[in-house]
Amino acid sequence: MKRFLKPSVFILSLFPFLIITYKIFFNQLGPEPVKEITHHTGEWTLIFIILTLAMTPFKKITKLNVWISLRRMLGLFVFFYATIHMLTYVVIDYRLDLQSISKDIFTKRFIFVGFAAWLLLTPLALTSSKKAMMLLKDKWKKIHRLIYIIAILGVVHFIWLVKKDLTEPLIYMAIILILLLFRFKFKKV
Amino acid sequence: MKKIKYSEITPEKIYNNRRSFIKSISIGAGSIAMTSLPFTGDALSEEKNKNTSYKDITTYNNYYEFGTSKSDPYINSQNFKTKPWTISIEGEIENPINISMEEISEMFVSEERIYRLRCVEGWSMVIPWMGFSLSKLLSKVTLTSKAKYVEFESVYDPDQMKGQRYPVLNWPYKEGLRIDEALHPLTTVVTGLYNKKLPNQNGAPLRIFVPWKYGFKSAKAIVKIKLVEKMPTSSWMWASPREYGFYSNVNPNVNHPRWSQATERIIGNDIFAPRVKTLMFNGYEEEVASLYTGMDLKKFF
Repeated sequence: MKRFLKPSVFILSLFPFLIITYKIFFNQLGPEPVKEITHHTGEWTLIFIILTLAMTPFKKITKLNVWISLRRMLGLFVFFYATIHMLTYVVIDYRLDLQSISKDIFTKRFIFVGFAAWLLLTPLALTSSKKAMMLLKDKWKKIHRLIYIIAILGVVHFIWLVKKDLTEPLIYMAIILILLLFRFKFKKV
Repeated sequence: MKKIKYSEITPEKIYNNRRSFIKSISIGAGSIAMTSLPFTGDALSEEKNKNTSYKDITTYNNYYEFGTSKSDPYINSQNFKTKPWTISIEGEIENPINISMEEISEMFVSEERIYRLRCVEGWSMVIPWMGFSLSKLLSKVTLTSKAKYVEFESVYDPDQMKGQRYPVLNWPYKEGLRIDEALHPLTTVVTGLYNKKLPNQNGAPLRIFVPWKYGFKSAKAIVKIKLVEKMPTSSWMWASPREYGFYSNVNPNVNHPRWSQATERIIGNDIFAPRVKTLMFNGYEEEVASLYTGMDLKKFF
């Protein structure tokens, strides 16, 4: 049973990617396809951030270690979707027009925090292996706590880009804050 | 799917070209403003100036009265009642009037006017509207010397308009123009599109269209046109004065905190199509630039 858990979660996590790819090939993305891809991949990045952050509380609540065994993979999927999200903007939308992109990064605060969040994710992805974990010892935990900041930056990125109706980003914000609160509580106990 | 869409557009386009050709013969010099599109002269211009498909024009809308998602207006507006409909023209005029839609269609001939719509969100469409210049409608009233601005008020009917049950914007939707902008021949009273009656999701029964300004300046489902002395506060200015100014002219040189105004995406293009450069006044610079002589458009954005 446990043997199949990780491969199943892996395949499930790939589903959003497969659906987006399907929609691209079968022209199902509507009148503004680039925006749709950007939106979907951004949304899934936030969902995977939430899933990753949920593993520790789940472990505490259910007293099962199995959740922790999924955490790394889910975290790597955060990086996976965040990277596609960023590349959609850089390559598909702006076609590597670095002048416009750098101007956007420094004049549009939501792009600035979004880009910062992606940059901060990179060291986490690079140090995700068991080997890195052993090499870095105590530092590893500290580095990987960056995910708390990344989660906040990610949701602020969403809040700042929304034109008027803040319902959706505030739901993400609420969930992320609850998950972060769990950490405070359990640390003190 | 792509192929079907393309073959749907082409005949309509040939049809339109034929129509405007016939019109240009019969109306002649009086129709300069009728079909004027930017992006002429370069290799991509034909692609950029192709009419957006009827499907995209009528299913991809910003019309918060019916919901904030682009697909909401089409879904939520199908049972919206546009009959009977009366528009009140009031304020700084000698003779306030109420005019019904029937009277409007009797009094004014709607002609085809193909204009580019540039949304502040960074996308654009080319829409074959049906309509006539607002100046013609305003010629039915006598303005007082205090008539410096025009305020447009859209319908308020939360029973029929789902989106108005939430305070997303300051309902009813309000927009405004300076009087010379309102009297400019390009400022259009829209009654239809693609030679059909104006669909509910596009602002039926009557809306305004101002081709050189961002789309939100063109108020939909208008019930009141009020001439006023002071600059009106539009709903979007009310919502975020830092982002939305009174003028809101399409201007690639004035940055917006969220969207790029230097370039735009053309609706209906696939993911491989590049962004295109946004033109000053949405490409209508020749026609309207003189309205703003001496004004700092970065300040009066």
